[in-house]
Amino acid sequence: MSRSDALVTADWAEEHLNTPGVVLVEVDEDTSAYDGGHIPGAVKLDWKRDLQEQVIRDFVSKEKFEALLSAKGIANDDTVVLYGGNNNWFAAYAYWYFKLYGHEDVKLLDGGRKKWELDGRELSKDEVSRPSTQYQAKEQDTSIRAFRDEVVASIGNKNLLDIRSPDEFAGRLLAPAHLPQEQSQRAGHIPTAVNVPWSKTANEDGTFKTDEQIKAIYDEAGLDWSKDTIAYCRIGERSSHSWFAIHELLGQSNIKNYDGSWTEYGSLVGVPIEKDV
Amino acid sequence: MCAAPPQTPTLPAHVDITKETVIYGVVSKDSTPVPAAYVRLLDASGEFTAEVVTSATGDYRFFARPGEWTLSVLHNSGSARQPVVASEPGLVEVPITLTSA
Repeated sequence: MSRSDALVTADWAEEHLNTPGVVLVEVDEDTSAYDGGHIPGAVKLDWKRDLQEQVIRDFVSKEKFEALLSAKGIANDDTVVLYGGNNNWFAAYAYWYFKLYGHEDVKLLDGGRKKWELDGRELSKDEVSRPSTQYQAKEQDTSIRAFRDEVVASIGNKNLLDIRSPDEFAGRLLAPAHLPQEQSQRAGHIPTAVNVPWSKTANEDGTFKTDEQIKAIYDEAGLDWSKDTIAYCRIGERSSHSWFAIHELLGQSNIKNYDGSWTEYGSLVGVPIEKDV
Repeated sequence: MCAAPPQTPTLPAHVDITKETVIYGVVSKDSTPVPAAYVRLLDASGEFTAEVVTSATGDYRFFARPGEWTLSVLHNSGSARQPVVASEPGLVEVPITLTSA
């Protein structure tokens, strides 16, 4: 995987809005953003309702994912171009999720919704419907998904990459600051984790920095590329952004995303936590 | 004078403002509120902490903590940077005016 396979520019997306086989998909934390105006022709995925089980905490089953994509009119051989708000956090999460279920051709729109808006490009409120398909997903590729036992066992031998803001890493905040801070889990970070906030890899307009700049950021933080890495954040969406930078842009295949992340780890009984305050 | 009293942000019902440090306000340009502006909250070292998009009425809101912060705003009509000091939990109103890009 490399940048040209995984990332497209706003110009490229604009040129391919009507190209058969290219499907734009918007995924936002604010699930109402799409309805206020979306890239023409884009369909919407609701990360909470569509991609999460509603009773237990997990992703939807393979069968439900197949039914979802079939209903959205996404075919196995389509090029799926994901974009969204929050500097593509949830779009990167959906990218990782599509890869988890084996979709071949997925791309992220560099800069997401923000860059598109800052450029003053067209947004549409038109309803989008695509003919349904018979989507076939693969079994989950758990080489890119970490679970809690592996995370606990990784302390001191794998790279643990905490991509939250320094205040969350230190335990001074429990959530990114656009959310209320009262949370049930303990504050802090997993011992031995290095803190490289996701934002270091992105420019202020939401686009990714160059591969050389991104690699230098992780080198400087002391990430040992010869070791396996597990990335985490609060709920696994921002760490998907960093997973994307490392796995897809830099082509390092030995990194997993821990979607349980701090909301799981910080609630476990008896696990070690480091805190700076 | 019959100006309306200063508006406070609409907060979710469970938010306890004796514990939360809420930095909020309206982004405007030429005295007109600016919707869909990107507002970033940076910590004292300049590192990204959070980002929101202003509402239809130009409002933004963060749940931070007491300390020194910077707000950095981008919009296709202009930008702004504004330091903020929140000395204790509670509401901290920071109006922001954009200047042309």
